[in-house]
Amino acid sequence: MHKLDPEKRLALLAEEARKRQAQASREDVPTLRIVMSTCGLAAGAAETRAAFEEALERRGLEARIVAVGCLGHCYAEPLVVIHHPASGFPPLCYYNIDPGKARMLVDSFLLDGDPALEYVLGAMVPNDLLPAVTDFPRFSMEQRVVMEHCGAIDPHSLDDYLALGGYGALATALGRSPGWVLDEVARSGLRGRGGAGFPTGRKWRLAAEAPADSKVVICNADEGDPGAYMDRTIMESNPHQLLEGMALCAYAVGAEEAIVYVRAEYPLAVRTIQRAIDDARKAGLLGERILGSDFSLHIRVFQGSGAFVCGEETALIQSIEGRRGMPQHRPPYPVEAGLWGRPTVVNNVKTLSTVPAILTRGAHWFRSIGTEKSPGTAIFSVVGNVTHAGLVEIPMGTTLRTLIFDVCGGIPKKKAFKAVQIGGPSGGCLSGDFLDTSIDFDSLTEAGAMMGSGGMVVMDEDSCMVDVARYFLDFTQNESCGKCTFCRIGTRHLLLILDRITKGEGREEDLELLDTLSRDIRDGSLCGLGKTAPNPVLTSLRYFRDEYEAHVREKRCPALKCRALTAFYIDLDKCARGCDACVGCCPVEAIFTTRGRKKAIDQELCVKCGECVTACPPEYDAVVRVSPAHLAPIIERPQPSEGRG
Amino acid sequence: MKDDARLSEEETMLRSIEAMLPRFEKNRAQLIPILQAIQEEHQYLSREAMRLVADYLEISPSEVLGVATFYNQFRFHPPGRHQIKVCLGTACHVAGGDIILENFERKLGIREGETTPDREYSVERVACVGCCALAPVAVVDDKVIGHMQPSKIEGLFLQFDLQREQEKAREAGEEADAQAGS
Repeated sequence: MHKLDPEKRLALLAEEARKRQAQASREDVPTLRIVMSTCGLAAGAAETRAAFEEALERRGLEARIVAVGCLGHCYAEPLVVIHHPASGFPPLCYYNIDPGKARMLVDSFLLDGDPALEYVLGAMVPNDLLPAVTDFPRFSMEQRVVMEHCGAIDPHSLDDYLALGGYGALATALGRSPGWVLDEVARSGLRGRGGAGFPTGRKWRLAAEAPADSKVVICNADEGDPGAYMDRTIMESNPHQLLEGMALCAYAVGAEEAIVYVRAEYPLAVRTIQRAIDDARKAGLLGERILGSDFSLHIRVFQGSGAFVCGEETALIQSIEGRRGMPQHRPPYPVEAGLWGRPTVVNNVKTLSTVPAILTRGAHWFRSIGTEKSPGTAIFSVVGNVTHAGLVEIPMGTTLRTLIFDVCGGIPKKKAFKAVQIGGPSGGCLSGDFLDTSIDFDSLTEAGAMMGSGGMVVMDEDSCMVDVARYFLDFTQNESCGKCTFCRIGTRHLLLILDRITKGEGREEDLELLDTLSRDIRDGSLCGLGKTAPNPVLTSLRYFRDEYEAHVREKRCPALKCRALTAFYIDLDKCARGCDACVGCCPVEAIFTTRGRKKAIDQELCVKCGECVTACPPEYDAVVRVSPAHLAPIIERPQPSEGRG
Repeated sequence: MKDDARLSEEETMLRSIEAMLPRFEKNRAQLIPILQAIQEEHQYLSREAMRLVADYLEISPSEVLGVATFYNQFRFHPPGRHQIKVCLGTACHVAGGDIILENFERKLGIREGETTPDREYSVERVACVGCCALAPVAVVDDKVIGHMQPSKIEGLFLQFDLQREQEKAREAGEEADAQAGS
């Protein structure tokens, strides 16, 4: 064993893994892969799994249930992929499988061989019998590099990763030299996926050249950006790929210690990654003398306690040192003096997870994807008013229009597109004019947004841009660490101004004030949080100025969203006599019966939650929302004696 | 009588924290992991608990408080038996998360960040639980509920009420059994 090089040792491990896999899966036994990452569980995957198990037991059937990570198709959760070789069908992907459908599938498909095609999204592989998901735009227009195996493998199984050639890049690197890794990564043109897009190869080289006895690699999985969850998904779905990327980084820069900084709010990700570390260590893929080489690496998990500013690398380091997460002056940059004064590389989950693929397939291959200046793929969590919400990995350079309308199916309910918010609280809102913007680091920054960590919220005509700007300011002013005056007090003032505009108390000079104050905050802040916090205000002010003006001058919210500026009333011509649908749903009992036995809303009591709109049967569609609020007709509540007469 | 019960409750907690501390290295870097471990075990950080941690790590109590209050994760009051967290991430906000929060607040008669006087329920807002495709989302006792609606909230509390009644009935039954047995 001692004379074997790392690649041969890995080959042996992979061989054993494949053998174990072959033993576990038998041709005649159906396999059920249930998506059980956080979003799947939220949609009820645990109940679905229990229903499958119970139904299988009741029917006395044998089947292998595998909990897999996220496929990225959150709109269709709970997702189940059933492979029933005896039925003659290819593996089939079923969507929105609740416990009832699960029981039905056991009876009809596993017992009787009828695959219940009405619940099938598609086959997982091209075949002659039925359409395959690979032909759908949501699949065919994506190009998966980082998420290639997400949802296909069991995240808790090192064997699954090894069988696919996992840790191969590490073994190859160990057989060559750190310089080879540095060169390959630099040649690939990979840029940091955390938001700013700093060239990864340059960062690593700086750390490698820094003179020090010990260095540290930190994986930034803090992901505090509301609306982004791809880092969590990658950790929950393919943790070993991330660990391999970290090991490659550590080998390249000469670090023997690495830390995964995960938000404590992601308990499943914490457990998954911890288990992966333990498994890899037992297999000799981490720890002392990895795969028999001279390289040792110890990875541990540090749970972040929830502070958005800790996404900033110097603040993150402060937090690991047990302090308040306040950003520090740079230079010195962390690659020179970071955690405990040692050279430290801080990279995002997506960046590190991309590295194994680059080294396996070559820098040239990576450069062939995406654009000249932003090679590779981008992962977005596309959410909000979009039909096929979820995680999407597309080549850089794809346009926003393709992503939103082709890949993600456009805006539901025949509504019109209004804006897309990219990059979370640090990013901006782009209007329809920017739909043909190419998605890459430079084009997005030019448009006023930023790549950020990849959160993308699509908004339809019912979203109020002033309210969205207010929402983000509420978030950033809460998360400002308080170090810089402009950020601490400036964001608070921005919020106060936006608050009063959405309440109809805006003043004419407010728009000018928002603009100048935003620019001051940007110039007067030390770290990325303060520098980018005004972006949502600046972009919405630039592209949706008419909405601000309507709020200030007419006290009108064009999107009918700001509650202080709108009112609900019931159109008596449309309201059906004797119908009570809206009465029970009103949480504050504001709906009463008029003299004509129709319904009306007490404007004093109404909290404008909109439940009555949902409750009113579509054939009547009698509840109307108007802005400004005074447009709603006032209908007096009849006195009790009158009502009866 | 009730005050005594509370007092001893706090004392038990502090004793268990004291017993737990030596598990950790006496190192400033252990501060956040220690605070997390205490909160994991006891649901919140009391002032006395933080003082114990400060003594153990030989730093000033204000340092501990400063770090603890900086991070969103830490809580300084005991939460309710049922913890309700309403997500106010971007997608949830666009989908009306604030209305969901308001409904919980109205239903329970408390504000966000508070606990009902009977310590049965507490309501918090969280920045993002990362289930944006299911917005609006609420987390009730660690179970993520997607596509929240005010009407679902009614159903949720009905369930809890039912559970409580069943528990009471069972306890009463057990007591009756015990008495019959003796």
